[in-house]
Amino acid sequence: MTTAHSLLVEGLTLGYQDRVVIESLDLTVPPGRITAIVGANACGKSTLLRAMSRLLSPRAGHVLLDGKRVHRMPSKEVARTLGLLPQSPIAPEGIAVSDLVGRGRHPHQGRFARWSREDDEAVAAALEATGTLELADRSVDELSGGQRQRVWIAMALAQRTDLLLLDEPTTFLDVSHQVEVLDLLTDLNRTLGTTIVMVLHDLNLAARYADHLIALADGRLHAEGDPARVLTPETVEAVFGLRSRIITDPVSGRPLMLPIGRHHDTAPAA
Amino acid sequence: MSGSVTKTTQTPPAVPAAGAVDTVSRGRHRRGRRRLAVVVVLSVLIVAAFAVTLMFGRTFHPPADVVRVVLGQDVPGASFTVGRLRLPRAALAVVAGLCFGLGGVTFQTMLRNPLASPDIIGISAGAGAAATFAIVVLSLEGAGVSVFAIVVGLAVAVLVYLLAYRNGVSGGRLVLIGIGIAAMLESVTAHILDRAAEWDLQEALRWLTGSLNGTTWDEVVPVVIAVAVLAPVLLSRAGDLETLRLGDDTASALGVRVDRTRLVLIVTAVGLIAFATAAAGPIAFVAFLSGPIAARLVGPGGSLLVPAALVGALLVLVADFAGQFLFGVRYPVGVVTGVLGAPYLVYLIVRTHRAGGSL
Repeated sequence: MTTAHSLLVEGLTLGYQDRVVIESLDLTVPPGRITAIVGANACGKSTLLRAMSRLLSPRAGHVLLDGKRVHRMPSKEVARTLGLLPQSPIAPEGIAVSDLVGRGRHPHQGRFARWSREDDEAVAAALEATGTLELADRSVDELSGGQRQRVWIAMALAQRTDLLLLDEPTTFLDVSHQVEVLDLLTDLNRTLGTTIVMVLHDLNLAARYADHLIALADGRLHAEGDPARVLTPETVEAVFGLRSRIITDPVSGRPLMLPIGRHHDTAPAA
Repeated sequence: MSGSVTKTTQTPPAVPAAGAVDTVSRGRHRRGRRRLAVVVVLSVLIVAAFAVTLMFGRTFHPPADVVRVVLGQDVPGASFTVGRLRLPRAALAVVAGLCFGLGGVTFQTMLRNPLASPDIIGISAGAGAAATFAIVVLSLEGAGVSVFAIVVGLAVAVLVYLLAYRNGVSGGRLVLIGIGIAAMLESVTAHILDRAAEWDLQEALRWLTGSLNGTTWDEVVPVVIAVAVLAPVLLSRAGDLETLRLGDDTASALGVRVDRTRLVLIVTAVGLIAFATAAAGPIAFVAFLSGPIAARLVGPGGSLLVPAALVGALLVLVADFAGQFLFGVRYPVGVVTGVLGAPYLVYLIVRTHRAGGSL
């Protein structure tokens, strides 16, 4: 049901004031897959995600959702198909978890709409899926960072969109919560077929969880495709300016990047 | 603490367990019932306070007489005191309180900062300065004063907003700029009053403190119309306003047209504040106090618009009655609310600094 939606970017140029961040970029998001966008700090990853979700207007080019320009579509119509979790969302003081998750229903409700059974079901399903059902009546202020991030993801799930964009969903989380969040997104992709696009900082987590890797360097597309093909020492050098070795991750069979710094290099020079 | 929740590897079910739906729906209903209870209790208190204000005063009029006057019958003795003095005064207290409560909570919610109330960030001060100028310098009356106050109130709102704008608006920066603008405008009001002719002074003095003294129906009617027109606009945006609290990016991702919504909210809230201010003066801290009091009463969940409006109305009614009769001297309502509000302002600032926040 979800693979029908297409999201692509054509000749996209983005910037703030007099600074160009992304220049004439073309990309197609593979439907029904998990895509990770990686790149150095300030390479335009988040900017690209903001433009894809209509938060930022392009200087040139356009973002096409099912063939229509996202920036010309009614905002609620977009929000029923495409969800976004910003990097550091703001939790208002004294809001109950299930009410916060319920905000995800906003694009499905009219101006004076009554809360429907379907809304309750969507919220309950989202809470169950993220393991936050027992927190439903707690105040968001009382939660730990990991719990909070799961609640935000629950809000995006309650929106019931076929496309979900996430800007660094694992920042500020310890390693077990990072894995937990990424596992959850994988579940979502596998059971509901939700197309996921996420900006990730951690190259190795990106390589493990993504079906499709997009590497940006200086606002341009450097490489894209299967992580096994994209994640090479040459890519890492070009994108991060870092020497590295790539081995096969014994746990997942995916590529694993080992950085070579100036110290601790015991391997004989290749 | 975070480890207490069991690890989750369940797949998201298309249809959740019935128990889960019940949990969600029960919690929502429980919060909704509490909110409804607060609204009902506040409404009852307003009606009671309104009745008390009409009956008690220098002379007491029994409920039967008051009811007959309100129904438009002629009751010797009571018709003047109740019908001409107390009724318009109490009516203005209610509608002005509604305006202040709605306008205040809208700004506080939209800017995610309890200090960002129109009476702190200069909008009330702007409306007050404009009204003083209109009365003393331009010799305007009635609707002319209101219109002038609204235009200047809006202009001040836009000015503060633009000055605070830098890649979006941060509540803290806006509050500080607003406080500065408010101080300037208050000195303008003081200067105009200093120059005023004696007969204008009485009329213009209410712009310093806010007062319901000598209220006539001519002053009440525009505020009633403002509430009737503007309050429904705000209420229709309650969902958008709640969503805006999640930040501009999240709200936008949820389908809220952020800029347009904010514009509608600002214009409507400023309109309410300015109409009320033009009639009753900037009754200190009512806009500022109503939202936080309502939030305490209602607890988590749901829009605060209606509860805050009712708290505002009750505050003005009770403060005006207390100011008139509770102390040996008669105080204007603004003095009473000022005494109540100032400690809360100090408390908020102290608490913010304890929390290490920068407003």
